[in-house]
Amino acid sequence: MDEPAITEDLIAAHGFTPEEYAEVLRILNREPTFTELGIFSAMWNEHCSYKSSKKWLRTLPTDGPQVICGPGENAGVVDIGDGQAVVFKMESHNHPSYIEPYQGAATGVGGILRDVFTMGARPIAAMNALSFGEPSHPKTKRLVSGVVEGVGGYGNAFGVPTVGGEVRFHKAYNGNCLVNAFAAGLADADRIFYSAASGVGMPVVYLGAKTGRDGVGGATMASAEFDDTIEEKRPTVQVGDPFTEKRLLEACLELMATDAVISIQDMGAAGLTCSAVEMGDKGGLGIRLDLDRVPVRERAMTAYEMMLSESQERMLMVLRPEKEAEAKAVFDKWDLDFAIVGETIAEDRFLIIHGNETKADLPLSKLASTAPEYDRPWVETPAAAPLGEVGEVDPIEGLKSLIGSPNYARKHWVWEQYDAQVMADTVQAPGLGAGIVRVHGTDKMLAFTSDVTPRYVRANPVEGGKQAVAEAYRNLCAVGATPLATTDNLNFGNPEKPEIMGQFVGAIKGIGQAVAALDMPIVSGNVSLYNETDGQAILPTPTIGAVGLIPDASHLIAGVARDGDALILIGGEGTHLGQSALLAEHFGREEGDAPAVDLAAEKRNGAFVRASAGTIRAASDLSDGGLALAAFEMAEAAGQGLSLDVSGTAVLFGEDQARYLLAVAPDRVADLLDAAAASGVQASEVGRVGGESVTLDGKIAPLAELSRLYRTAFARAVG
Amino acid sequence: MKAAVIVFPGSNCDRDLAVAFRAAGFDVDMVWHKDTELPQGVDVVGVPGGFSFGDYLRCGAIAARSPIVAALKAHVEAGGYGIGICNGFQVLLETGLLPGALMRNAGLKFICKPVELSVETTASDFTSGYSAGQTVTYPVAHHDGNYVATPEVVAALEAEDRVAFRYCEDLNGSVGRIAGILSENRRVLGLMPHPERAADPALGTADGAALFAALAKAGVAA
Repeated sequence: MDEPAITEDLIAAHGFTPEEYAEVLRILNREPTFTELGIFSAMWNEHCSYKSSKKWLRTLPTDGPQVICGPGENAGVVDIGDGQAVVFKMESHNHPSYIEPYQGAATGVGGILRDVFTMGARPIAAMNALSFGEPSHPKTKRLVSGVVEGVGGYGNAFGVPTVGGEVRFHKAYNGNCLVNAFAAGLADADRIFYSAASGVGMPVVYLGAKTGRDGVGGATMASAEFDDTIEEKRPTVQVGDPFTEKRLLEACLELMATDAVISIQDMGAAGLTCSAVEMGDKGGLGIRLDLDRVPVRERAMTAYEMMLSESQERMLMVLRPEKEAEAKAVFDKWDLDFAIVGETIAEDRFLIIHGNETKADLPLSKLASTAPEYDRPWVETPAAAPLGEVGEVDPIEGLKSLIGSPNYARKHWVWEQYDAQVMADTVQAPGLGAGIVRVHGTDKMLAFTSDVTPRYVRANPVEGGKQAVAEAYRNLCAVGATPLATTDNLNFGNPEKPEIMGQFVGAIKGIGQAVAALDMPIVSGNVSLYNETDGQAILPTPTIGAVGLIPDASHLIAGVARDGDALILIGGEGTHLGQSALLAEHFGREEGDAPAVDLAAEKRNGAFVRASAGTIRAASDLSDGGLALAAFEMAEAAGQGLSLDVSGTAVLFGEDQARYLLAVAPDRVADLLDAAAASGVQASEVGRVGGESVTLDGKIAPLAELSRLYRTAFARAVG
Repeated sequence: MKAAVIVFPGSNCDRDLAVAFRAAGFDVDMVWHKDTELPQGVDVVGVPGGFSFGDYLRCGAIAARSPIVAALKAHVEAGGYGIGICNGFQVLLETGLLPGALMRNAGLKFICKPVELSVETTASDFTSGYSAGQTVTYPVAHHDGNYVATPEVVAALEAEDRVAFRYCEDLNGSVGRIAGILSENRRVLGLMPHPERAADPALGTADGAALFAALAKAGVAA
C-alpha cells in the first residue's frame, strides 16, 4: 500500500518542531517514510522521551541500599528483606481520562499494573490520585463518575486491592483532570525481569491481545495542550479489557517461573515501537519485526498503524529459542495470542517488514539515544505575597466548611466502588491514612500512600515539593511503617512557558532534598506535561507515591481511638495559615506562602511515632485542615466525639508540618510524654476522645450532625 | 477433608478461598476449568469469586458452560458439598444448581465494604457454627449482587429454611435482603458476601472462619 507523501503539514501534525525534523533528516541522510515518521514521532514526543524533564529528573536521588532497581525500567524495585522485593510505580493517564473518562482511567490502571507484572511481580496493591475541576463545573460530575467507575472496573476485575489514593477538586483542573494510577507488586528479589534484550537471533515474541487501530497516536496526543477540538481526539483513547490483562498476568508469571524469558517489555505508550526500541536499545542490539505475523483484530492495517497502535494488554518478549514450545503452551492454556514476530539482530537497525516491503529501516540506537533533550528556559517562582489578615473563625463553623466540602468530606462514595479486600491480605482499607497490605504468607506488611498539596506547590514549588514527600513520609510513619522509597508522578502545564518550567524545576529541587533527607529515594516515576486547556494550566501537581515496610504486627499502628483516650499533639502548635485548607474552603482565599518544611524535624518526629507504636492506639499526620480536621476524622472513625482544649484559628487549623495527632490510653500518656521529652520531640496533651459531641475551644456541636455532613457532602457535591 | 477450588480465567478469589480452606484444615487442590474430572476424594468444591470470563455476556454464564461443570454437577448430585462465593454464586445460579438470578445492584454501582449479615439458619453444615439470628460481618465486593427469583421460588426458599444469610440492611435491592441460599439438600451454599475475606483476625474480622470450621467438622463427622 502506498504511504502518504511527507509534507510540512504531516510533519507538524506529528508534533515535530522544524529543528527536530531537521535532526531526523540528519540522522537518516534521506527523507523518512511515513511509517518512519510515525516511529520517530512516537519516540520523540514528550510523553515517551521526557525531553523537557530529563535534565532535571537526573538530579533526583535514586540510590540507597534498599534499591534493587531505580528509574529507567518498567517500575522501581526495592528490597523488603527475606529475599523479597516490592515493585512499584505511579503513572498518569490524564489526557485520555479527560476525553473518555471510563476507558481513560481504566487503561491507566491497566498500564500501571502491566508495568509491575512485566518485572515479574504479582500486583498486590493499587492507589489512585485524582484531581478534578470545581464540582459546579458542567463536566466534573461526568468525569468523576466515569473515572471512578473506570478505575474500579479495571482493578476490580483484574483482582488487585485498591487501598488508597486522593481525590481533590479545584477550578484549575476544570479543563484537565488528573488520573494518577499507582500499583505495587511482590516478587522474589532474584527473579526480577528486565527489558534489555540479549543474544543475536533470539525470537521476539508478541503476547496477549490482538492489535487494533485504537490509540494510534495517543502518546503524541498526550504531549500537546488541549483546545476546543479535543472531542475529536476520542479515537486516540484506548479501550481496556481487564479480563485479558488478568490472563496475561497469570500467563506471564507462569512463563517467568520457567527459564524461558530473556527480557520482557509491556506495550504501553506507542505500543510496538516503544517496546521494541527499548528492548533493543538497552541490549545494544537491533530488532527486525515482520508485521505480517502480528496478531491483528482489524483488516488491512498498515505498518504505520501497527507500529503506533496502543491496543492494550500486549507484551513483547525475547525468548530462549529452545523454550518456544513450552512458552506457547502456557499462552495456549490461557487462550492468549502468542506469535514470533521478529528477532534480535546484530546490526544497529530497527527493520520493519510488512507485505514483503521494508516499511522502516532506522538506526535503532539513535531512536532512543538521540531523542531531543531540552534545557527549557525557566524562571524562579516569585516569593508569595505575605498572607493578609485572617479573622478569627468560630471553630465549629471552620470545621463545617472543611467537612462539608468534597475536598475533605468522607470519600466512601469513591472508595466503596473499588475492591479493597481481594487477595485477602488487606490490613487497612482506604479511608484514613495509608493503606496496608500484608505480604502474603508472612507477618510483614507494606504501607502505601499518595500525597501532594498543589496549592503549596503553586505558592512555593520548592517547599511544596518537599511537603509532598514529607506528608507521604508522615502517612507511612503514622501507621508504624518505615518509609522505603518513592515514585513521583509529576503533572504540570506547558513546559515551553518559563514560569511553568520554573514550577517544575522548583518542585524537583524540593522533592530531591526531601527524599534525600528522609531516605526514601525515587525509584520510578512519570512526567505529564502540557496539562493546559486554552492556555490555562493546572495547579502544579507532583504526586508522590510512597511505600513503607512494617516488619510485624508489633510495629503496626492501625487501631481505632476509644472513649477516654487522650489526644496528644506531636510537633508543636499550629501557626501557619497561608495556603491552608481553612483559608481556601472557609474564606475562599488562596494566599500566602506554603508552610516551611523542616526535614530534620520530620525525621525526628516520624522516628518517634514509629518507635512509640506500642503506646499509641491511633495516629494521624496533620496536613490539610490541621489539628481540628485530624482530630475530627480520628474520633469520627471511632464513632466518638472529642474535645480539643486549645484556642486560636491558627492553633486549630494551621498547617505547620512535621506534626501528628495521637490517641493514647490515659494510663500511657505519661510514658509517651516522657519518651517524647527524652527524644527532643515536642508533645502536649490537647484534648480527649469521647462523648456525643465535638467541642473545639469551648464551641460545641453534636457529633451526629457533623458526622452526617461529613458523610454526605461528597455525594451531594458530585454524586 | 479435601477441598477443590475451581479456577476459571478471570477468577481472582481462588487463592483467597484456598487459604481459608487450608486454615480450617482442608487439603486443597486447584482445578482448572478445562479439566473434566475432580480430584479423587474431594468432599467440597469451592467456586471462587472474581470475574470469570470477564463477566462478559452475563456474570457466570460462560463459566457455567466450562468442561469442569459436569463434574461439579455429578459431585453435588452424589451429595457432595459445594460453595459458591460472589462470582461463584453467580456461576452456581447459571448452572442451575441453585435457583434464581443475580442482577445489577439497585444502586447501579460496585459496592465494596464490610456488611452485617444475619445468620438465618443454623441447619446446614456451613452455618452450624453460628447461633440462629447471630449477626456476622463479611465484606462484600460486587456489581451484580441483587438477588431475584420468582415469588414461588422465594416462598419455597423461605418455607424450607434455605435462606442462609440475609443482609441486615438493604444493600443492593435483593429480594427479602437475601445474601445467601442453600440447595434443597442443604449441601450447596451460594452467597454474595465473602467469608474467605473474613477468616483471619489480622484482617479486621474473623467471622467467616466459623463457616469453614463448621464445614471441616461436618466432614470429619461424616
